[in-house]
Order: sequence, then C-alpha cells, then structure tokens
Amino acid sequence: MPWDEGLVNSLVYDAPDPKEGRVLGYAQAVNEALEIALKQDPSVFVFGQGVDDPTAMFGVTKDLQDKFGEKRVFDSPLSEEGMMGMSVGAAMNGLRPVFMHNRPDFILLAFNQLVTHAAKMHYMDNGLTKVPMVVWAAIGRGWGSGAQHSQAIQGLLIGVPGLKIVMPSTPYDAKGLMLSAILDNNPVLVFEHRWLMKKDGIVPEDFYRVPLGKGIYRRRGKDVTIVGASHALELGLQAANKLAAEGIDVEVIDLRTIKPLDEEIIHESLKKTGRLVVVDTGWSMGGVCAEIGCLAAEKWFDSLKAPVRRIGLPDIPHPAGYTLEQFFYPDVKRISQTIRELVHQ
Amino acid sequence: MIRYDYHGTGFAGWQEKLNHYEPAFLLKLFRDMLRIRIIEEEIERRYWQDHMKSPIHLVIGQEATSVGACAALTRADLLYASHRTHGNYLAKGGDLKAMLCEMHCRINGCVGSRGGSMHLMDKSVGMAGSSAIVAGVVPIATGAAFAAQMQDESYVTTVFLGDAATEEGAVSEALNFAALKQLPIVYFCENNFYSVQSPLHTRQPQREIYKWAASYGMPSVLVDGTNVLAVYEAMQAAVARAKQGGGPTFIESPVYRFRAHGGAGDDSKTGYRDIAEREAWQKVCPVETYFAFLKSAGLIDEQARKVMAGEIMAETMEAFDFALASPNPTEADLYTHVYAD
Repeated sequence: MPWDEGLVNSLVYDAPDPKEGRVLGYAQAVNEALEIALKQDPSVFVFGQGVDDPTAMFGVTKDLQDKFGEKRVFDSPLSEEGMMGMSVGAAMNGLRPVFMHNRPDFILLAFNQLVTHAAKMHYMDNGLTKVPMVVWAAIGRGWGSGAQHSQAIQGLLIGVPGLKIVMPSTPYDAKGLMLSAILDNNPVLVFEHRWLMKKDGIVPEDFYRVPLGKGIYRRRGKDVTIVGASHALELGLQAANKLAAEGIDVEVIDLRTIKPLDEEIIHESLKKTGRLVVVDTGWSMGGVCAEIGCLAAEKWFDSLKAPVRRIGLPDIPHPAGYTLEQFFYPDVKRISQTIRELVHQ
Repeated sequence: MIRYDYHGTGFAGWQEKLNHYEPAFLLKLFRDMLRIRIIEEEIERRYWQDHMKSPIHLVIGQEATSVGACAALTRADLLYASHRTHGNYLAKGGDLKAMLCEMHCRINGCVGSRGGSMHLMDKSVGMAGSSAIVAGVVPIATGAAFAAQMQDESYVTTVFLGDAATEEGAVSEALNFAALKQLPIVYFCENNFYSVQSPLHTRQPQREIYKWAASYGMPSVLVDGTNVLAVYEAMQAAVARAKQGGGPTFIESPVYRFRAHGGAGDDSKTGYRDIAEREAWQKVCPVETYFAFLKSAGLIDEQARKVMAGEIMAETMEAFDFALASPNPTEADLYTHVYAD
C-alpha cells in the first residue's frame, strides 16, 4: 500500500452504529450526491482533471462516467483559468457545472475567473444572470505534499462577495451539502479534506439537503466553545471528548459553511461559555480564524471571559517533510492544551 | 513613422458582388455604422461636462467590425464583449437610452449602474456579457458555446477580443477547448495594434495572429476590418459552420482606433504612435470608404446621408435628455443581487 493511502487508512474515527442507519464512507457519500444530482437534472455536468481516471478523485467520481456518459462527466485539459471561465459561461447559460480539483492549490490559477467573474456576474448584470456552479477540491495534508499541494485557501476567499464556501466534516454533511451546493444558484466552493475521505458515517440513501449558511452543535458544553469546520473541527471534537474526562465541558459548533457564516449560533454559544476557540485548516492570519475572532471582539466583547484563541496554521508555508509537519499542523494534543489554558486562566 | 500599415484593398472588386445583396441591407449596414459614429462623437463631445462619471473606450474607427459581425447574427445568437463595448452593444441591438443611462450612472441603465461603459450587457438582445479584464470574457463565451452544444440549442456565440488578449493564457486555453469539443463559437479578434499605448511589436514576435490561432486546430482567417461587407461575409461563413456542427472559427480583423485607449480625443501626440499613422488609417475610415462605395453604386447620395444623420442625431439627443432626466440609484439599490435566490 502506498504511504499516503496507509496514512489515511491509519486514521481512527468513531465508528457509527449501524443500528442508526446505513453506514457509508465519506468519499462514497460525495459520489452518491453527484450521482443523484446527475440523475435528477440533465443540466448538471461534472468535469476536471482526472475525474475519469482509475483513482477517480479519491473515489468521489467513481463510475460516474460509465453511468452518465462522456458528455456529462469528462476529463479536462490542464487549463484551470480557462475551464473556470468555461464553467462561468456554461452556468450563465443554463447548465450547472461541477468543476473538480484534486487540490485547492490548483484553484489559485483560476482566481481571475473565480473572484473577478464568477462571483461578480450576478451583481454586475443587476440580477439578471445567475451563475450556479460548484468548484470542488480536497485539501491535502501529509506525505510530503508540501507548500504547493497542501494549501487550504478558504481564508483567501472568505472576503469575496458573491461566493459561498462549504467545508463539511461528516459523510452525512458531505452528501447533503454537495446537493445543496449544486442546487444553489450561486458559485459555491466545496472544500473537502483528504483526511476525512475514509471516515464512515450514517448516510441516508435518498436525496436530502443540508442547508448552506447554518451551523450545528456537535457537542453541548458550558465551559468553552470550539467553532470551525472540516478536518479541523474533527480534531476539535476529538479534543473535546478527551477533555470531558478532565471535567472540562466543551461545546463544539460545526459551521458546515464558512460563507455565509452562521454568526447566530456562535453568539448563542458564546453567551453561555464566554470562551472561544476557533479552529481552521488554513492560516490563522487573515482567514477564518481571524474573521471569527474579530467578530467576537467587535460584536460579542461583553460575552467574552477570556481572549479568543485561534488554532489555525502559523504564518509559514507548508513544509513537505514529515518531522517538520509535526511542528506545523495543529493536533488534538495542541488543541486540548489550548483549551486547558483557556479554562484555567 | 508609420509602424502599422493598412494592407487591405478597400472595396476594390466589390462592385461585382453588389447584386448579391438587397439595397436595403446594404444601406442598413451604413446607417448602423454612421449611428455608432455619431453617438460616439456626441459622447466624446459631452465627456468634459463630467455628467458621465464612467471611463469610456470609444469605438470610433472600429465601427465596421461590430456592424459587419452583428449583421450575421440573429437576436438569439450571443455576443460577448471586452471593455470596448459601445459598438458591440449598439450593433447587437442594445437600447441606446439604457446605454446612456448606464454611462450617466442612473438606475435605469442597462445594468442598473453596476457596469458603466465597460460592462454593457443586455440579455434580451443577446448581449450576454462583457469583462474589463483583458481576455476575461473569452473562456466565459466558450462556456456559453459549450452550453449550446450540450443543450442542443441552435444559437452561436461570438466573442470580441483584442490583439493583446491573445497574449493571455486564458485565450489559448479557450481555443484549445473549443477546438477539442468542436464548439459553436466565433472568436473575433480586432487587432488595433495597441494595448493602451503598448505597440504590438513590443508584445508579440513577428507573426500573424490568425496563423497562430490556426495552430489550435480551427479555421482561421484574416479579414479587412475597415470593410463592413468583408467582415459580414467572414462572419456569415463562420456562423454557418458553427450552426452545422463544424466547430469554432477564429477571425483576425486589423482595424485602427482613431482615439485614445480611454477617454475623449486622440492621444497620439503623447508620442507612443505617430499622428501620421492615424491619419493614414483615417483615409480608409470604415464609414467613409463604405459611403463612397455605396455612392458610386448609386445607392446613396450626400442628401440622403444628411437626412439619415439628422434622424440619428435626433435620436441621440433624445436619449441623452432621457438619461439626464433619469433617477439616480438609492442606497438600497447597492445591496441587491449580491447573491441569487
């Protein structure tokens, strides 16, 4: 087994109880969402570099070309900006593109089309033109992916009006949020995380949607609020469960969508706990952590009993080597330690 | 020094083709070009008054490309434009009042004062999108053509781009994809030799743009951009090919911008190009050469032109009055349409 596969396989998640419903893997849940969308709506098409190759984007696009044909599910030229623009034009004219990328890093080549065109067209045309498109990518981490294959770029996009950004953390959400993203009439970015791809969860077989812009409590508690999304939230939840044994009662909010941001749920929790830890897979500076931290300082200062803590990435490029990575990425231990400091302050 | 010469042959030899056309059609082409010229000159004349708080990119000297190209299109066909939108918009059937309201930042502008001169759009006439980022609209138009192909729609998409756009990677990417998928699209490249004030030879090696485009695997032709009929015929062939499933076409059309890149007046005196070069091209002005051609064929005379110009001027004045009397947006208008429902 290759080293990267082994690493993802070695990750341990809480196993779902099959009595609660059908158990499905994360990548399969996304695959199911795409299949349902393709089946329901002939205007949906799925494309990107490698969607039809044997690895099928972590399994997310597996068998889709066989089922729906080469016209609707196809490999693309390595033309990130051109294909992003093509998606914008297709979306403006009746189609619903789903443009897949193995890594968010590749989307950086297409910022002109994403930021300056996709996000703006509806506004610039005074509401006449809609741009219903999904841009999907899986954040990498580990096995030497390094500075150019590990970046989590949501922080660069959170300030762009007109975009929506979805970051699921469970197989259930991955399916329901993907269906919501495809049915939304705006450009929606869906950032998955490579390390969640083999996580199992309870996933209903039928069509369902998880609403965009609404967070959810993953754990109720009274001492500290952890807020975040995607794999960072998973680590936060693991830390919270661990700290329960020490008598620290942590509330965990999964944002699911970081733009539009569910401010209400954060405020509601903060009123109770008075302590806020923001976790993110991206850089702390100027990103999701910074934005939520600023909101707390600006709007909810009276609720705060202690300073807001950010747990994102340091202001450093992603290293490639295994040892350096251990210093670079936050883990359960570091999140737990931050929470202990906050509570015992 | 004249750096970029006119290499065309004007209307020499075109007399023989005249009987292929209805006189009314030939006269309409002239009227449409004259209309754009008069409207642009009036915009230019009033620009100093500062009621139009918008950048302008005048199309004076480049009327034949817009009019000739759009004459080959139906209303259902889509046109995508760059920042130099006035000619495209008017030739495609855009509403003059809505255009001038847009330039005067009024709420009843064609895009509610969100675009200004650089972003004229009107979906109702197939003026489907424009971008002020050079080449920005080229992949988008390619996506529109992809949508037509996928949905089995019969419309053809045309996208206007400048010579400098061909230096952008996005155009290469779009041409590659259009050829790969055999999309129903026409790439119409107006080569006016200057990107703002940067001449072509400092930006591209010695080559012909249409030959470069042909290497992507599509028919590519060079057409005299001062000759409205030549443009029309090239477009007609390209559109017919696209409609028959024959895929994309690239058209390079050398033209000359008689005015500055932006704003009113010519800026040749700043030294980036020789005034003699502009003057040489003004001798093959698309409006005047075509007028002379029609006149020699007995289809129009000075008096008929004067009547035509008078009608256009009256329409233009009425549209300006309408724009100046139109309401401004309110603060509430700022917040609408950030997201679609």
